[in-house]
Amino acid sequence: MRYEAPNSVEAAIDLLAATEGAYVLAGGTDLLVKLRAEMLEPELVVDIKRISGMKGITPEDGGWRIGAAVSGAEMGEHAGLTGDWPGVVEAVGLIGSTQVQGRATLAGNLCNASPAADSVPAMVAANATLRIVGPKGSRDVAVIDVPASPGKTTLGSGEFIASVFLPAKPDHGGDAYLRFIPRTEMDIAVVGCGVSLVLDGAGKVSAARVSLGAVGPKVMLVDAAAEALIGRAPKGDALEDLAAVCSAAATPIDDKRGTVDFRRHVAGVLARRATEIAATRAKGETA
Amino acid sequence: MALDSSDKPRTFKVVGTRPLRPDGIDKVTGRARFGADIVAPGMLVGRVLRSPHAHARIVKVDTSKARALSGVKAVVTRADFGAVPDGVADVIDNCMAGDKALYDGHAVAAVAASSAAVARKALRLIEVEYEVLAHVTDVDAAMKPDAPVLHAGRQDETVPEGYSQNVMSRVEFGHGDIDKGLAEADRVVERTYRTGATHQGYIEPHACLATMGPDGQADLWCCTQGHYMVRNTCAAILGMEQGQLRVTASEIGGGFGGKTTVFLEPVALMLSKLAGRPVKMVMSRSEVLRATGPTSSSSIDIKIGMTKDGRITAGFAQLRYQGGAYPGSPVDMGSMSAFAPYDLENVKTVGFDVVTNRPKAAAYRAPGAPMAAFAVESAVDELAKGFGLDPLEVRLKNAAREGTVASYGPTFPAIGLEATLEAAKAHPHWTAPLGENQGRGVACGFWFNFGGDTCVTLNVTPDGTVTVSEGNPDIGGSRASMTMMAAEELGIPYTQVRTIIADTGSLGQNEVTDGSRVTFAVGLATIEAARNAKREMCKRAAMIWGIDEEAVEWVDGAARPAGPNAGKHDPMTLKEIAAIASNTGGPIAGHYEVNAEGAGVSFGTHMVDVEVDPDTGAPKILRYTVFQDAGKAVHPAYVEGQFQGGAVQGIGWALNEEYIYGEDGILQNAGFLDYRIPVASDLPMIDTMILEIANPGHPYGVRGVGETPIVPPLAAIANAVSAAAGVRLTDLPMSPPRILAAIQGKKGG
Repeated sequence: MRYEAPNSVEAAIDLLAATEGAYVLAGGTDLLVKLRAEMLEPELVVDIKRISGMKGITPEDGGWRIGAAVSGAEMGEHAGLTGDWPGVVEAVGLIGSTQVQGRATLAGNLCNASPAADSVPAMVAANATLRIVGPKGSRDVAVIDVPASPGKTTLGSGEFIASVFLPAKPDHGGDAYLRFIPRTEMDIAVVGCGVSLVLDGAGKVSAARVSLGAVGPKVMLVDAAAEALIGRAPKGDALEDLAAVCSAAATPIDDKRGTVDFRRHVAGVLARRATEIAATRAKGETA
Repeated sequence: MALDSSDKPRTFKVVGTRPLRPDGIDKVTGRARFGADIVAPGMLVGRVLRSPHAHARIVKVDTSKARALSGVKAVVTRADFGAVPDGVADVIDNCMAGDKALYDGHAVAAVAASSAAVARKALRLIEVEYEVLAHVTDVDAAMKPDAPVLHAGRQDETVPEGYSQNVMSRVEFGHGDIDKGLAEADRVVERTYRTGATHQGYIEPHACLATMGPDGQADLWCCTQGHYMVRNTCAAILGMEQGQLRVTASEIGGGFGGKTTVFLEPVALMLSKLAGRPVKMVMSRSEVLRATGPTSSSSIDIKIGMTKDGRITAGFAQLRYQGGAYPGSPVDMGSMSAFAPYDLENVKTVGFDVVTNRPKAAAYRAPGAPMAAFAVESAVDELAKGFGLDPLEVRLKNAAREGTVASYGPTFPAIGLEATLEAAKAHPHWTAPLGENQGRGVACGFWFNFGGDTCVTLNVTPDGTVTVSEGNPDIGGSRASMTMMAAEELGIPYTQVRTIIADTGSLGQNEVTDGSRVTFAVGLATIEAARNAKREMCKRAAMIWGIDEEAVEWVDGAARPAGPNAGKHDPMTLKEIAAIASNTGGPIAGHYEVNAEGAGVSFGTHMVDVEVDPDTGAPKILRYTVFQDAGKAVHPAYVEGQFQGGAVQGIGWALNEEYIYGEDGILQNAGFLDYRIPVASDLPMIDTMILEIANPGHPYGVRGVGETPIVPPLAAIANAVSAAAGVRLTDLPMSPPRILAAIQGKKGG
């Protein structure tokens, strides 16, 4: 196995494009585990942490551009990011342990392509985009378009994610992410739900994005859930309708982590609870 | 020498205090050497090829390509071991499959190579031809007459007709007349309970380093709960004399019963024998889960009758335990312990030992008892609640006491069950208010405890410090306890004694660290060894003083004349006697060898509060208190640690831990991500209360404490969850999907 740590995006692309079976190393919290478990024997590992910009969180168009190698811990300590997108920051903060937080990244969580990835539904709800670089240049893509199926992404040969962009937080907007795990930490989502919404002057929802994780082969954006909320105050019947829509939208399987019935039901419960938190935040209250 | 042997309660100076543990610095700094830390010059890497099938005939194993690979120094299959004595036939078959692979992960071949990469490659070059057979992993399914059979023709004559040959044996215990007792009851509860198979979850994977010379002498370092057992077992399998194999136990990162047998060790020795080089083997976590020894899953029918004032009139249990691929599930101990906390006129338990296509069960902390207690204590709770009775009062009313004829035969001497129940009743936890969706549960538990073969040598060094050599790996703080008991007996400070775990060449036979035996049995031997050393030191003082040996007594770390007739001599301290030992007859030591009896049974009562989220079924342990009889707590912090550890393992067993097999018989969760042991944030501080009802069988009154605390939690938590959820849970683990389904079932029906 060869290890390279190039200084430029171009050099990294050249290495990745030239080698069949090359892997990108950012935090390594999935890659190193797979190496040690002898699940992978890569020809080449390309460490992107020495490339300029990969470790930065910078303001852009009222939002935030987050380098691909920025860790969960760095995000959690960034006041501006935490203030604008607390749901996304909390979602990435749920990954692994304190030690893992020092390494784990949004881009890595996405590229690992687990349907249960915690940060992915939160990024989808926040309408985050990715800057993907590759042999054919650079392109910006919505997060929802990257996961293809468990373990697979839509990234092409030689491509990797250079940064994640979280748009400007809307006025009176709030987001939240909740997951269900059988324990209290160090676990993997049985159901995950991200909610981002905007309230109008009357306290009704004017815009919403609701996403579900771990209840299908990849993250899903549930349009019907947004429709259940828009034009209504986020409480009571609106939340019951939202829960029913999310339960119906979920397409989970029975496996070692949960049953179909359980996941469908809990998808609705989490959607309701996450919406309440997001609405509280949209009102400028702490939650 | 006059030894203090009066009956008055003794006061202790060292025993009962909380000194620093002698292994603490090593463990927190990383200096401690665990199984995988042992290295030898020129050592090879040993790796195991494992069956991908739950049940398959091994038609052919072709190792020629692996042998031809550069860097491969030895390849082993079952054929290399030849015939072995009957007593170890199943052991070697479990370490290296013979005619059949009996479970997913069963070892089929092993290699020793110059590097891990070469070893991995070599494993891929071994060609195994399997004839896949039908499999069975569920205990009730395995008992059916048409179930796929693992071992034809080995069924014991105790098994009645009509069962599959997978039912290896049947046991029965009890007394009285069940039907008569049930007829006297105002209500009978009859239910079936099920528990999942759980693993001990020790953090340190199995590891060993073996080296055998051309002269047939061998050394083995390994993490084990019993290196004497490892020596005897490996010697039998390899056809060696026991004296030719020296085994040294490493520091151990948890065992809980799971390291009371061998898995890698005979294979490493055979690889080393063939390669002529040291061979090191370390299991991965998935190998640990797939191919070591979890405990049984169980299916238990209970029938208990009670009068409306809370008297149990009859207790019956049929227990069915699958013990994996070979006979020897702990159903016998489950059957013996099920009703042990109760004084019953009519009691009967029947146990079936069943084999399935799973790894062979090993011991797990009070083997067999937690599942039996789960079933019995759940039913007792349901009956008490049905009559509106206080569950502690019901248990007190029926509690086993001194003189009770136990359901498994013996008559109890002084025991501490009532004391734990009274302490629980008086504790503020019992009357603390509960909130919405919260429930409280209690349950009792019992464990036999054990003594067994034990040797201790205590040496006095020339400068007057003391070393204690014992033969039991320290998995629960025994070095601290032995040091304390030696210091207590000799009348010297804790810091002047050091206890080591000696290798198999240094002491006689020692039983495995099991049965909560070490603080009791090794402690007893340590005290007696110290007494023998004191006797010798009194003799040396008598010699110097020119008086009769009987006229010298040992008080506060020094020999002194006993009484006025002995003459006036200044006391001689241990240090002073040690300094001139060479001139008074040579070095001073005491030793003691015994098959220790009188271990003294142990009882505990647990109390737990649980909150259940009615929307997701998620349970949260809010508060937990353990009440247990320790006889005498030598090092109370370690005793509390045992209570807490047992409770926590019980919480895992009750809520999330289980072996999950697919339809294909393959283990689905061979890793700590999906085999869910509790993490720290899942738990409240586990409160403890130590009761001390002296064990008459030990000089200081010590009882084993390590196993009893895992017996009550399954039932205590089930009782609390059932109270919080408003519906009786009978299957473990009580995972959120299972609790939510029960809550929804209650709403629907």
